[in-house]
Order: sequence, then structure tokens, then C-alpha cells
Amino acid sequence: MRVRLLAPLVFFASLWPSYARADQPLLADLSSHLIAITTGFTGASVVLFGATDGPGDVVIVVRGPERDMVVRHKSHFAGIWINTRQVTFSGVPSYYAVFSSKPLDDIVPQPVQSLHQIGLANLRLQAKSTSLDSSEVADFRNALIDDQRRQGVYDDEVGRINFLGDRLFRAQVDFPATVPTGTYFIEVLLVRDGNVVTGQTTPLVVSQVGVDAEVGEFAEHRALIYGLIAVASAAVTGYIASLPFRNA
Amino acid sequence: MDIYLPIAAVSLDGFVLLILGAAVGFLSGVFGVGGGFLLTPLLILIGVPHAVAVATSANQLVGASVSGALAHWRRGHVDIAMALVMLTGGLAGSVFGVWVFALLLRFGQADLVISLSYAVLLGVLGLLMLVESVRTFLRHRRGDPVQRKLHAHNWMHGLPFKMRFRRSKLYISILVPLGLGFLVGTLSAVMGVGGGFIMVPAMIYLLGMPTSMVPGTSLFQIIFVSAAVTVLQAVENGTVDLVLAMILLVGGVIGAQLGSRFGAKLRGEQLRAALAIVVLVVAAKLAADMTVTPDQLYSLEVLQ
Repeated sequence: MRVRLLAPLVFFASLWPSYARADQPLLADLSSHLIAITTGFTGASVVLFGATDGPGDVVIVVRGPERDMVVRHKSHFAGIWINTRQVTFSGVPSYYAVFSSKPLDDIVPQPVQSLHQIGLANLRLQAKSTSLDSSEVADFRNALIDDQRRQGVYDDEVGRINFLGDRLFRAQVDFPATVPTGTYFIEVLLVRDGNVVTGQTTPLVVSQVGVDAEVGEFAEHRALIYGLIAVASAAVTGYIASLPFRNA
Repeated sequence: MDIYLPIAAVSLDGFVLLILGAAVGFLSGVFGVGGGFLLTPLLILIGVPHAVAVATSANQLVGASVSGALAHWRRGHVDIAMALVMLTGGLAGSVFGVWVFALLLRFGQADLVISLSYAVLLGVLGLLMLVESVRTFLRHRRGDPVQRKLHAHNWMHGLPFKMRFRRSKLYISILVPLGLGFLVGTLSAVMGVGGGFIMVPAMIYLLGMPTSMVPGTSLFQIIFVSAAVTVLQAVENGTVDLVLAMILLVGGVIGAQLGSRFGAKLRGEQLRAALAIVVLVVAAKLAADMTVTPDQLYSLEVLQ
């Protein structure tokens, strides 16, 4: 299990050769690379810290694992509301948040924000095979982002990155209790004169651990036995619970 | 106290879940309905994903109906012969229902058809029951001599394959309970519930069973239907959350025991009037949900 999780990380890490230069203008790491979801999980905080080789600003983009999502739109039809139109988006991050050391628009021009997908407005979501025109698709896209914001998994407020002096920085990333599981990529960008001069991507694994993870895995791989156990334990609980009332 | 649910993948307050289980369990104990038609929407309301709510309700129904059926069993209020006949029809019906459901999914309107059929079915049932129980109640008040015919004779008494159901004091064609079981099995597969809320009124009014025998017999039958649904859901969709089901059950079985005692104190027509009101409230809620402008015109679904 662990090996399977790490394999894509090693692969993605290797995609950033230009940032691994010897002079290392930017270095960053997380206080923890694993968020373990246990029975009492109510959310978690991870501290991202790092150093730059001189003055500059830092922007951090946190993205959860991507998946496909269908957005459906209801219309009023014969007195009731019916799903009439739908758009499927691919590559939708399950979590998205941006952090910056200064107000974004002051340090990064719009085209650069768009290029690096900084901010919800610049998130690239691919609409798959739809007959709707682009302005309608945009409505569906906005609906998706609004919904994810309400769910607390997209943050449209830019979080703070604090600098200690010119070079050291830290930011606290707070994940809600509903944080989706999977491998997250935390992109740290060093910005100078409106340009992204370098970047580093750090993985973060959000995973169920302990009994919960085992229950989940068992349910997936031994579905029939899991189903039978579910029925049996429910029946036994029902029987035991009726015992104290036997002589009623 | 927040508890993380492994399959639903959300954290919910364990105390809220216990109370929810107990409330639904109480209703199921009083009326002999599984309570799935209330539990599933309530779970969705507190943040359990739709598919997990449907499947896990079925799992907790197994326990709740075992507990409820045992309570009725000890009072001799279970007609095994009748339950087995209906179960035979029910299992065939659920296979048919799964096929119908797949068809609805293909046309992309499964949710709507489910809500619509719920609202119509519950609305009609609730009204019929309310009218009947109020009439009986008024007759009692006026002190009219109530003609105690066991049940009305109608077309169904002309059907072949008659069988004697001693416990229910009935001599009727086996085709009627078989057909009823089939219908309920189909509906429960399509709607994802045990079907007690359809079964109970039908057993009273269609089959003419004594009201006292109905909840136990219905619950006994629901044990097997919900067990079959749980296993199917676990295998097909992997949406049964054992932790959630167990928490709901602990509350539910206690509620069901208290409910069945409470129900035993009520008179038949009071019980039927109360059930009619519960059924009507759910129907009104479903109808309102379909016609009231939704908060969100857009809805999202993650593709696996």
C-alpha cells in the first residue's frame, strides 16, 4: 500500500529538475507529509516553511487529487424541478487553496496567475463533450466552484504567508474534517518582479489509517464477506438489544 | 463527539446519530415499518453521501427489524406462513426492481421518478388510512354498534389456490400475498427501502389481517429483504458503512423496543391514524421538495 502511494510521488518529483539546481533559490518543506484520518478526525493543520536566496514573494497553491465531476442543472417543468442539462468536467481538484505573502494582484500579473492556475478564477477545468455553448459551460463551471466553496474544500480567500526577515517564510494550511483523501500537491512559487522565477512541488498524503482504513480496504476487496458480516452483526445487535425487554 | 465513518468518509457527531437511530427505531417499533423511508432522507440531510445513506439504512434495518420482530414474536404476533409467502414474492420482486432501477438510471431521471412515485404513493395511502381511521374513531364515539365482520369480502376471494393462515384467521388465495410481496419487493429495490410503509396498510386493508398481527409479520419479512439488499449493495456499490450502521442500530434497537410497547397500548384506529399522519407528512415534504424552487439549481456528482 505504502509503496503504491509513493510511486507517483517519486515520478512527479522528477518532473521538476529545473528547480533542483545547486544554488537552490527556494527551499520548502512541510511539518508533516501525511495527514492521518482516524476515528476522531476533526481536521488538521500542516505548517509549510522554507527559505529563499534573497528578497522576493512567495505564492503557494494547494491542490487535492483530481477527479471527474458531473454538474447538473434543474429547470422548472410542469410544476416540478427536473435535471435537464449537464456538463462533465475532468481534472477537477478535490481541494484547492492559495496562499501569498502579499496581495496577489500586487505581485503577480493576471497572465502569470492564469498560466500557473493561481486563484479559483484561473482554475482550468476541462468540459467534456457537451452541446452547450461556452457561456453556458462557464455557468456550470461557476456553479461547481461555488458548490465546492460551500463544502469548504475550495478556499477563495488567499491565505497568509509570513516572512521572518527577507528569507524565511512559513504558512499554516488548515484542512477541514471533510478533507478528501489522496495525494495532494503543494506548489511553492518564488515571485520576483511579477515573474515566477522558480518553484517547488511538495507532496502531501491524506489517508485513512488504523481500523478505519482496514475496514475500508476490507469492504473494497472482500465485498461479499463484508456484506455478510454487516448483516450478521446487525442481526446479532438486534437480538442482543431485545434481550433486556424479553419479559416485558 | 465526532466519529469518522470509514465508507461515508465524513466525520459526524455520534450523539446525533444515536438520537436519530432511536427516533426512527421508535417509529418502526410502533408501526412495524422499517423506517428506511425516514432514515435515508434524514441521513442525507446531516451530510452522509446519498448512496451510502441508502445502503447503510438497509443494513441498520436488518438489526432494527430483528429486534422489533422478536418483540412481536414473544407476544405471538407473527404469522410465519403469511410472511414466507410474501417473502417469496418479495425476493422475485426485488430482482425485477433492480432491473427497473437500472433502466431508470439509463434515462438519467432515477431521482425524480423515485421522489415522484414516493409522493404519489404515500399521499394516496396516507389519505385513505386517515379517512378510514377517523371514520372508525367517530363510530366509536357515537357508540354505534360496530359490525365486527373480520374483513370485507371482495374480488380477491374468488381467486384460486386458497390457503389457510391460522394466525391471521384468514382463508384467502395465495396469489394475493404473493403479488403484494412482489409489488413491495419491486418498490423497495427501486426506492431503496424495506417497504413496510406500503406493506403495513396493504396487509390491513387488502389482505384484511388483524391489526395486531401486522407489524410483527411485516418486520419478520423485512429482515430478509433488507439483508438481501445490504449484501447486494456491499457487493455492487461498496456503499455499506458498518460503523454508521452500528451506531444507528444501538439507538435504533432501543427505540424500537420502546416503540413496540407503546404501540401495544394504542387502539388499532389510533395507530392507523398516527401512521397515516406520518406518511402524509413525508409525502408533503417530498412533493414540496419537487415543486419549491431549490436553493441550488445546480447539483454535483463525483464520477468514480
